[in-house]
Amino acid sequence: MSSTINTPKPKPYRNMRYTDVIVIGAGHAGLAMSYQLQQAGIEHVVLDAGDIGQRWRSERWDSLRLLTPNWMLDLPGFRYAGQDPDGYMHKDSVADHLVSYASFMSAPLKRYSRVHRLWNEGEVYRVQTTQGLWQARAVVMATGAFAKPLQSPLEQSLPDGVVQLTTNLYKRPTDVPTQRIMVVGGSATGLQFAQELNQAGHEVTLSVGEHVRMPRRVAGHDIYHWLTKSGVFWEQAGEVDDLRRARRLPSPQLIGQQQDLNLNELSAAGVDIVGRFVGVSDGKAQFSGNLPNLCKSADLKLFRLLQRFKTSGLAFDEAELNFAPTEIPKPRLSMRFGASGVGTILWATGYRPDYSWVDMDVCDNKGLLQHQEGVVRPGLYALGLPLMRSRASTFIAGVRDDTSAIACHVAAHLDSRKQLLATAF
Amino acid sequence: MQTGTVQKTEMDSPVVDNGVNVEALLGAREALTEAPAGAQFVWRATCDWVNGTHSRSAVKGFHGLGDEQRHKTEFSFDTDHPEIFAAEDMGATPVEYVLVGLAGCLSAGVASVAQNRGIQLRSVKATLDGKMDLQGILGIDSDVRNGFEDVNVTFAIDADATREEIEALVAQSQKRSAVFDIVTNPTQVNVTVA
Repeated sequence: MSSTINTPKPKPYRNMRYTDVIVIGAGHAGLAMSYQLQQAGIEHVVLDAGDIGQRWRSERWDSLRLLTPNWMLDLPGFRYAGQDPDGYMHKDSVADHLVSYASFMSAPLKRYSRVHRLWNEGEVYRVQTTQGLWQARAVVMATGAFAKPLQSPLEQSLPDGVVQLTTNLYKRPTDVPTQRIMVVGGSATGLQFAQELNQAGHEVTLSVGEHVRMPRRVAGHDIYHWLTKSGVFWEQAGEVDDLRRARRLPSPQLIGQQQDLNLNELSAAGVDIVGRFVGVSDGKAQFSGNLPNLCKSADLKLFRLLQRFKTSGLAFDEAELNFAPTEIPKPRLSMRFGASGVGTILWATGYRPDYSWVDMDVCDNKGLLQHQEGVVRPGLYALGLPLMRSRASTFIAGVRDDTSAIACHVAAHLDSRKQLLATAF
Repeated sequence: MQTGTVQKTEMDSPVVDNGVNVEALLGAREALTEAPAGAQFVWRATCDWVNGTHSRSAVKGFHGLGDEQRHKTEFSFDTDHPEIFAAEDMGATPVEYVLVGLAGCLSAGVASVAQNRGIQLRSVKATLDGKMDLQGILGIDSDVRNGFEDVNVTFAIDADATREEIEALVAQSQKRSAVFDIVTNPTQVNVTVA
């Protein structure tokens, strides 16, 4: 009888599995963590909601390439061995790269084990997954910063009939209705969308808030050559002014190609650039009038960055530093929705981490994970968050240092628990 | 916050004094982070019509830090229109007060940010203009808005700083300015009859 079958078992944890460490998420951070734990001889499993690289393959747009050159793709124990160190890897190849990494190290991987709940029972952690219950003495949350697209409160106030897409759903220009499309977001993603939609013949409005301008190349080298050489890339979280702001910043305006991607070029190519999308009134989108200041701020920050390259002893021609100021001629302050205006909105407003499955008091009043360089509390760690330990933490290239540091914390935590037990008996 | 710059200045050069108590402001920022209820302020004004387009507004009390507060004295502001509008010109026009508010806010920001960044100011002069097509308020052309088409602010700043540092001061003052936000972004306005 069904009622008998559904009755809870008297020993609900009878099928619980045990290990020392559970790593949640099998992206580059989770896999690198697994490698470090393996090297330290620490027993662990890696749980993933789906399969390795799944979101790279199915939740990103077709043309996406990494913003960083391939020489920055080294993972702990697994160097980039391709033929094109200066190229920018296509997203499907990134997925393949991660699959190769997992098989190279024989990661103890449990696929399709989505975590529904993580909580602590005294000294131990328990994890409820679609594939059963786990217990461990430490947990590393490697679910990263791209867990869910950020919702805009303006979604609710849009007139009926406006088509809405988010970054994870957009694939290619031909999928988008031909009417004017408004891309919301001044990050790499927003600018790439605006560029390819414009090139495919769509009428495009690009709404831009605070943004980070970056040239692809400076004095014959990729910008990341200078960022790493000058040490800016390795700057520690504690050395960064206004860390909260720095952690919220959108990705730099770059594309995985040799060419620059910036507002001046998009504007010249015919993209209608407007300020931040701040309201809906009388069936019109309203845009902030603060765009000139945000462009000026981004130009000044770029200038300061290039100065830092110079002051850290890197020599290049002063003339190379003269990047044209951003000038958007008279950005409009409002635009109609519907037949005569915007028909589709593509939200490229970024992603946020999602820790709603963590049944412990670990987030602040803004829902942000509270941590010290990835240490949340004894035995609980995070990985893959922007500027988590250093600027490099935002990138695949930063995962070696971060996982190595977290592995030390994990080892020390497991040892201290052992010693406690030893003194108790 | 550019605390690194402040420390460097304290060690290397004479004390910068723009008359801004940055320590108090940073202290307030910390205290209000801990107690966000105290950060809830209400600003108020009253206005009495005098005659014609001449009105007199007053500002005295406001609410903040969880309590009623008062200015040291009551401030009074006459608004009117110039004689070419067939008015008495008993005060600046209301739209000029908007420019005044913006100028005051940005200039206060420049001084505060300069203090925080260890930049000694010698003079700061802002010149503002707001372009307006009167066909809007006169109802001649419904495509023309009532308010400013655009507002231009030019800062002339003499300070111990490079041009880029001064430009960064001005940029940051806009980022932290209440009036700049009020002017550049939509605000819900509710007008009722008592």
